[in-house]
Amino acid sequence: MLLGPALAVSAILFSIGVAGVLMRRNVIVIFMAVEIMLNAVNITFVALAQQLGPEGQVIVFFVMAVAAAEAAVGLAIILAVFRHQQSVNLRDINLLRG
Amino acid sequence: MTVVAFWALAGLSILSALLCITRHSPVSAALWLVATLFGVAGMFLVLDAQFLAAIQIIVYAGAIMVLFLFVIMLLNLGRGGPSDLRGWPGRILAGVIALGLGGELWALRGLFQTAAYRLPEGTMAQANAEMGVVDLVAETLFREYLVPFEITSVLLLAAAVGAVVLAKRKV
Repeated sequence: MLLGPALAVSAILFSIGVAGVLMRRNVIVIFMAVEIMLNAVNITFVALAQQLGPEGQVIVFFVMAVAAAEAAVGLAIILAVFRHQQSVNLRDINLLRG
Repeated sequence: MTVVAFWALAGLSILSALLCITRHSPVSAALWLVATLFGVAGMFLVLDAQFLAAIQIIVYAGAIMVLFLFVIMLLNLGRGGPSDLRGWPGRILAGVIALGLGGELWALRGLFQTAAYRLPEGTMAQANAEMGVVDLVAETLFREYLVPFEITSVLLLAAAVGAVVLAKRKV
């Protein structure tokens, strides 16, 4: 019943996340936009699970676990980079430039 | 009733997601992200995934957001400072790309809604009522997806160790 609307909302949220990643230069806010995208995908899984059985809900668990791991490692990397550059702006983070 | 609740929550999460990516200060972006996550949790409730709604609030709005706020406070970025948004050409390009992607997803939305492999209306709600909200997920998780579940625990352990090593001053 709500499958179509849920997929539409998920599409909108995912595009907002993409726009956030492309628009911002603050690494932490970019991480937040990635979380928005992961949540959009989770809505799709849950909406389809309502129609196709509980497997979709199990996948959402794995997505959440991976998101937690990603946030922990990513924020640790941000801390390490900040110690080098004193900045979280993408313009200043060019350690890998040859 | 559920439809009205769904659209209200959808509006809340879309609006706060928009505010999240446009606020200058990272702290207000994080707080708007919390609002988005709560909206998504409410949508999970409406879509018959009550257990996931609880997990969403505990793990996302609880643990992950605390991690974000901790890092923002630790790096003393709360004041915002000069805007980190790209200039207008970058913003317009980002908007166009996002609109293109959103249009694609919108068009694909109806493609896989074939009636053939759909469960009858209300099956999940009935299964939730019969087996219990947690049981239904647990049955699938610990029977068919046991190995991925165990691998996830290894992944989380690796992430925890990796985060500690990365954030340490001297290895």
